[in-house]
Amino acid sequence: MREDSLFRDEQLEVRLIQGRLQFLALVVLACLAVLALRYHYLQIEQFEQFVTLSDENRIHVRAVPPTRGLIFDRNGVLLAENKPSYTLSVVPENVPNMLELVDKLSVIVDLTESDIERFQEQFHPGRRPFEAVPLRYSLTEEEVARFAVQEFDLPGADIQVELIRHYPLGEYFAHVVGYVGRINERDQASIDAEAYAGLHVIGKTGIERQYESELLGEVGYEYVETDARGNVLRVLERHHPLPGKNIYLNIDSELQVAVHDQLRGEQAAAVAIDTESSAVMALVSTPSFDPNLFVSGISTREYSALLQDLAKPLFNRAIQGQYPPGSTVKPMFGLIALEEEIVTPEFTVFDPGYYYLEGQERPYRDWKDGGHGTVNLSKAIEESCNVYYYELANKTGIDSLAGYGSRFGLGHLTGIDIPGEQSGTMPSPEWKREARGVVWYPGDTVNVGIGQGFTQVTPLQMAQTTAVIARRGSVIKPSLVQSVGEQSFEPVIEDVIEIKDENWDLVSDAMRNVIHGTYGTARAIGADLEEYEIAGKTGTAQAISIAEDVDYDDLELEKRLRDHALFIAYAPVEEPKFSVGVIVENGEHGGSMAAPIARIIFDKLLEPTHTDSPLEESRVAN
Amino acid sequence: MSQTDFVRSLPDAEPDNSKVTIWQILHIDPILLSAVVLTLGFGFIVLYSASDGQTFYLKRQMILAGVGVVVMFGIAQIPLSVIRRWVWLPYLGGLVLLVAVIYLGTEVNGAQRWLNLGPVSFQPSEIVKLSLPLLVAAYLGKRQLPPRLKHVAASIVMILLPVALIVVQPDLGTSLLVAGSGVSVLFVGGLRARYIIGAFVLMLVSAPIVWQWGLHEYQRERIITMFNPEADRLGAGWNIIQSVTAIGSGGMNGKGWLLGTQSHLDFLPEGHTDFIIAVLAEEFGFRGVCLLLALYSLIIGRGCWISFTAKTPFSRLASAALIFTFFIYVFVNMAMVSGMLPVVGVPLPLVSYGGTSLISLFIMVGILMAISTEPGTLKS
Repeated sequence: MREDSLFRDEQLEVRLIQGRLQFLALVVLACLAVLALRYHYLQIEQFEQFVTLSDENRIHVRAVPPTRGLIFDRNGVLLAENKPSYTLSVVPENVPNMLELVDKLSVIVDLTESDIERFQEQFHPGRRPFEAVPLRYSLTEEEVARFAVQEFDLPGADIQVELIRHYPLGEYFAHVVGYVGRINERDQASIDAEAYAGLHVIGKTGIERQYESELLGEVGYEYVETDARGNVLRVLERHHPLPGKNIYLNIDSELQVAVHDQLRGEQAAAVAIDTESSAVMALVSTPSFDPNLFVSGISTREYSALLQDLAKPLFNRAIQGQYPPGSTVKPMFGLIALEEEIVTPEFTVFDPGYYYLEGQERPYRDWKDGGHGTVNLSKAIEESCNVYYYELANKTGIDSLAGYGSRFGLGHLTGIDIPGEQSGTMPSPEWKREARGVVWYPGDTVNVGIGQGFTQVTPLQMAQTTAVIARRGSVIKPSLVQSVGEQSFEPVIEDVIEIKDENWDLVSDAMRNVIHGTYGTARAIGADLEEYEIAGKTGTAQAISIAEDVDYDDLELEKRLRDHALFIAYAPVEEPKFSVGVIVENGEHGGSMAAPIARIIFDKLLEPTHTDSPLEESRVAN
Repeated sequence: MSQTDFVRSLPDAEPDNSKVTIWQILHIDPILLSAVVLTLGFGFIVLYSASDGQTFYLKRQMILAGVGVVVMFGIAQIPLSVIRRWVWLPYLGGLVLLVAVIYLGTEVNGAQRWLNLGPVSFQPSEIVKLSLPLLVAAYLGKRQLPPRLKHVAASIVMILLPVALIVVQPDLGTSLLVAGSGVSVLFVGGLRARYIIGAFVLMLVSAPIVWQWGLHEYQRERIITMFNPEADRLGAGWNIIQSVTAIGSGGMNGKGWLLGTQSHLDFLPEGHTDFIIAVLAEEFGFRGVCLLLALYSLIIGRGCWISFTAKTPFSRLASAALIFTFFIYVFVNMAMVSGMLPVVGVPLPLVSYGGTSLISLFIMVGILMAISTEPGTLKS
């Protein structure tokens, strides 16, 4: 019975188990089919998408920065170069713990607060992932070695050899060449991020900024295969960068250095222009600074020291300094009055030492107590007689003075090819109404006549207007750059001021007498000069305004309150080649302080024998 | 097992069964063996690539496979009656070790699963994975089928003991697999539909409670990650995104052996163990996946056939449970790496690197072979 039931049970059971097995087999089959469908979906239907994902995973586009164009002077002396420098940088994506890494790094290399601060500033949202962020520039050999030993413990950190901008002539060219600096948030907003991929610096001032797009070059790209930690395994494809164009300046670095050294210690500026082409041969502003400090980021301490320096080393006096031109305007106004037939060469004024406008009680003083006596135009220029020019200005009228003055180059930008130039002021009734909101008085015209009052010029404008006088009326924009890459710049005559030859002759002769005449205000620099002749004009500008009836003694004034010394000149007189504008702040008198600088410039430029230049050393050194 | 058993053959039993072949003497199932060897060989090729062309893992895997084959032959020789009678011993041993692992185990990834025995370390859950279905099969095989409620209850106790011990390790994935292997015996044994439905309802009701109170943070995280891997691209979602990318970018023909960029550039984690199917799919494409699925189907199909034609209730239940467990591993692994299931620590059978899993697979195959070559015909 039991056996029977077992026997029956077994058949039933076998069928039961087999039934369940068949069911399970179906489930298994269905599940395997689901798996096959899933893999089919991923591998066949979604293939394109995942291939892209997988390539994005491994392939990164990396920017290859171009080398920045070099800057040379007219003779091929290197003014801005690219030197290799070791930079410690970090790929944030590869750093497990940034604070810890920075801690560890600060033991190995010297990290200042500002290094870290600057580093953090670079985590802006638009940053390319997996691009290295610089932490410290210019590592020493020792720091590089210490890092190499511990590199295994510092994932994400790496040392790169980078080309860093270097200015071999440092402060001599800081105001001309300018400098590059780190791309900051403000730059970021105005530049094409694509063009600057992989680059950390941008031209900030001077030629570096003006010709940024030419110096920059074109960024290259490479496709690199990386592993999951961003390590580059190989370069798949490379598009080479296009290096920036080299720039040749018109500046003669020997002259630049010589003038700078002469002005060292003074707050001064000097500009020398080739009158034929308006090429700027020298553009000096002292004191200056070392532009190399700015390249990899200047420390706050150093920067505030430069900012707080009363001598304002960062201020480019040559193009930004606006000074009353003083008597240096006299040759120009003389030409205007002659051409307008307001005065004749024979016309004279008696100078008792002061001048009164009709119906006014206020005296306009001459710089010379007792006056110059009877003065014609030639003598007025040679001896710098104010009273003659009070009368001349009064007779000519502000409209003619301002109209011509503007054509000569006053009151507007010269258009020189570096940024930051100031326009100065050529006052006129319209200008005064707009700028000051008051009417023009006849006394204003009188002040303009001797380059005081509202008139303001930059040293560059002084050299430029003198170049216009030397060229007898043709206006050419001054230029610092001779050529960019293959392209050289030809001078363009923008305007020609028509003035009769005899008027040019007379003024040129009077300017010559300033140096070579018996009573010339700059005769000191002409005393031993035989090789060539200089035509010039001294000027003295009040640094502060002093009540006209108060007598004062120069010596009692603090130096910074003393008058500015100005001088303009061109040479040689017969066949002008170069013009010069010099200002020495608080130098008191143009003849004694500013004119000797002009003499040095002309000697350098007109005498072919150059000796004992500090430049020889710097050439060897670089 | 005696001659009298032999005499009582069923009328519909195949006449071939009475003829003793060389395979039956050697206790080898040639079809199963070839399928296993082919899969293993394919696995070696993938493993070599997954370990970046280094032979370290491959050599170890080959040695273990050699050991496994010997173990397999050995197991196949053991009479099934011995296994049936003594399977409680490894089961109990497994339980003891599971208790031991809680106190003595090595912690890996926040869970204590590994037991260090000198040079050998292994997961005691592997022992239970094999012995549990055998024990339940032995128990139910002696009883009337479909099982009565008290027998079902006894079986569930057998299942729950190790499952509970594995849950506290904590290893939710393995405990579910172990539970599955035990429950599959009940199912094949003809568990009544009402119990099955009742269990389902119970599971549905308890799911929210388990989610809230019964799961560890990392387990919830894994489940969430599966449904939305993008939410945590560099954290928990990384593995899934990278493995799915590896699979998808393989396309129809794959990137070629040793040329998988995802795996060779280290984007793929665990490329030689649990995620090895992603390497295979990336380098051999959909064709490679199909080949592997075909090999697995062959193994599983042969397993089903062995169970279908097995001679005793124990053999039928045990072989069905073993082969179903094998299938669950294949499915769970391939589904989790392709982003269909949450990530649980389940190796891909015969392909993933790993000694414990490989040896226990060979034991399983050995038992299947013993069942396949069991002398006699259908009987109780």
